[in-house]
Amino acid sequence: MTAIVSLRGLRKSYGVGTPVETEVLHGIDIELAEGEFCALIGPSGSGKSTLLNLIGLLERPTSGDLAIAGSETAGLKEQALTVLRGRHIGFVFQFHHLLPAFTALENVMMPSIIEQGVATADAEAISRDLLLRVGLKGHEHKKANQLSGGQQQRVAIARALSRSPRLILADEPTGNLDTHTADDIFALLREFNRERGSACLIVTHDPRLAARCDRRIELVDGRVAHVSSA
Amino acid sequence: MARPKLPFEFLVALRFLREGRMQTALILLGVTGGVAVIVFLSQLISQLQATIIDRVLGSQAHVVMRPLEEANQRALNDPASIAVIEPRAQRLRSIDQWEAMVKLAEAQPRVVAVSPVVSGPAFALRGRASKSVALMGVDADRYRRIVKMDGYMTRGTFHVEGTNAIIGIELAKDLGVTVGDKVFVRAAGGRDELLQITGLFDIGNKDLNRRWVFTTMKLAQSLLDLPGGVSNIDITVTDIFDAQDVSERLQAGSGLTVDSWMTTNSQLLAALRNQTVSNNLIRSFVIVIVALGISSVLVVSVVQKQKEIGILRAMGTSSNRIMGIFLLQGGLVGFTGALAGVGLAWGLLQFFSSVYRTGDGAPLFQPQLDTGIALSAALIALVVGVLAALIPARRAAKMDPVQAIRA
Ligand SMILES: Nc1ncnc2c1ncn2[C@@H]1O[C@H](COP(=O)(O)OP(=O)(O)OP(=O)(O)O)[C@@H](O)[C@H]1O
Ligand SMILES: [Mg+2]
Repeated sequence: MTAIVSLRGLRKSYGVGTPVETEVLHGIDIELAEGEFCALIGPSGSGKSTLLNLIGLLERPTSGDLAIAGSETAGLKEQALTVLRGRHIGFVFQFHHLLPAFTALENVMMPSIIEQGVATADAEAISRDLLLRVGLKGHEHKKANQLSGGQQQRVAIARALSRSPRLILADEPTGNLDTHTADDIFALLREFNRERGSACLIVTHDPRLAARCDRRIELVDGRVAHVSSA
Repeated sequence: MARPKLPFEFLVALRFLREGRMQTALILLGVTGGVAVIVFLSQLISQLQATIIDRVLGSQAHVVMRPLEEANQRALNDPASIAVIEPRAQRLRSIDQWEAMVKLAEAQPRVVAVSPVVSGPAFALRGRASKSVALMGVDADRYRRIVKMDGYMTRGTFHVEGTNAIIGIELAKDLGVTVGDKVFVRAAGGRDELLQITGLFDIGNKDLNRRWVFTTMKLAQSLLDLPGGVSNIDITVTDIFDAQDVSERLQAGSGLTVDSWMTTNSQLLAALRNQTVSNNLIRSFVIVIVALGISSVLVVSVVQKQKEIGILRAMGTSSNRIMGIFLLQGGLVGFTGALAGVGLAWGLLQFFSSVYRTGDGAPLFQPQLDTGIALSAALIALVVGVLAALIPARRAAKMDPVQAIRA
């Protein structure tokens, strides 16, 4: 099976060249297979979000190798990273992070608008369908901030899926939702993962949800402490 | 609501502007006011200047050739007073070989019309009234291209022959005469003639309406004792601001005294120039203030939109496109403000032109907007908007997406 994400000896330091330089990740080796549904767990401050941002190409590692969908990223320019990110990766953040000036439908279409330059009819059809799938039919034209927290997270999931990325990175997607809503959101991610084969890497503090993943990677103090398969 | 039609950068720029309602309204107000001030002032000043120049040149030749002034240099051997030049007592003289001089003038580039004039002082007498006048012997066909007399005629046409004369309305009033009446004219040398009035003019200048008496060249020559001669040659040029140039070249070519309206009205020109300088100063200040306004509002907006910028980056937007979004906001604000500003300036012109009128009730200036002024103001506002957005846009592009997402 090919790897969608492959990390070898990945290190990340903050404040490089200053007296407060601190290494947050001390050499991480992880492979994530295509279509894998994987939880990233660990105590607060262990480096989960940092790792996710590195994999999402939002930050650059201090050293080590990182390949996404077979492309080594070390030598790439910002522009190339942007393209790679746009093509292969969908994000779901803890605090929904929708664009408040846009409607639910427009938020879902946004990745496609960014790639194509304009909103195409195809993108609209796909986005409407996704909103239907996440149970938001009739809410298409509401502004993002007119939706409840759970609804916003559903929009965020639809948006992450809108260009059928091969990898979805979710940083505590259910973090500030009640248990019932959290289960729904998690079930949605699982459903899309099975249906479309998008690999998912989900940061969560919820052991119940982690237990329902194919694999659990536990970070402690910037190191992989434990890996367990279902 | 259909899916958005605009290209990505436009779509986001417009939404960001719409979202920051109050800020956008304020910044638009600033640009609108600034553009309106610039357009209104420029329009007003250029029109007033045009009107002033028009008035001055309405009764004056652009360039006048005269005989070389005879001057006595007093105490020639005293180097300290060499600059003291004293003209001799006035005596009418003709331009030597004036026909050749007319040809010379006509051959000059940028010369539109040339008219020889026989002019000199005289008295107009009727009953017990005696008025000092300036006799103007002209060829009407030539002279109407120097001073547009046809437009000034209130009675009769601008046409002289035999012993006919055309006089101004003020002189007619002073003497109590009108078209069809006769006036006795006596020149300084004592020669006289009874003239028949065939036309009246109103040149818009009381002094000239009181002084000018048009006759044929021949009649003026005989009255002023200037047989076959002319006292000056009047010239019209294509562009009024070419007058000085043309006059200097004619002076060099003819050896005569040649003056342009620009030297005879040098104080007026200096005043107009000062006005233009202060107008430019005001404009520059307004542009700088508007630019600072746009810039500071956008800087604030970049900070406020930090999260959105991070989201857009995470979804595959390059930093260059983020920069484009903010440049576009500057341009949109500049352009929209310019349109509104031109509209406001138009309104101001309508209002003030109906309020401010000259003594005789005519509007002091025309309410029309010059398209050149309006277009250049709009263009400047657009460019200033984009330039003012440069610093905020670069800040937005440099913003760390992770910073925004972690918050
Ligand atoms: N920009 C930064 N500069 C300096 N240190 C940072 C920066 N970002 C993160 N850190 C540090 O890196 C460490 C890991 O942070 P990270 O956010 O990855 O933890 P986490 O596992 O996601 O924690 P949580 O579960 O609370 O979200 C923390 O000690 C944090 O203080
Ligand atoms: Mg975290």
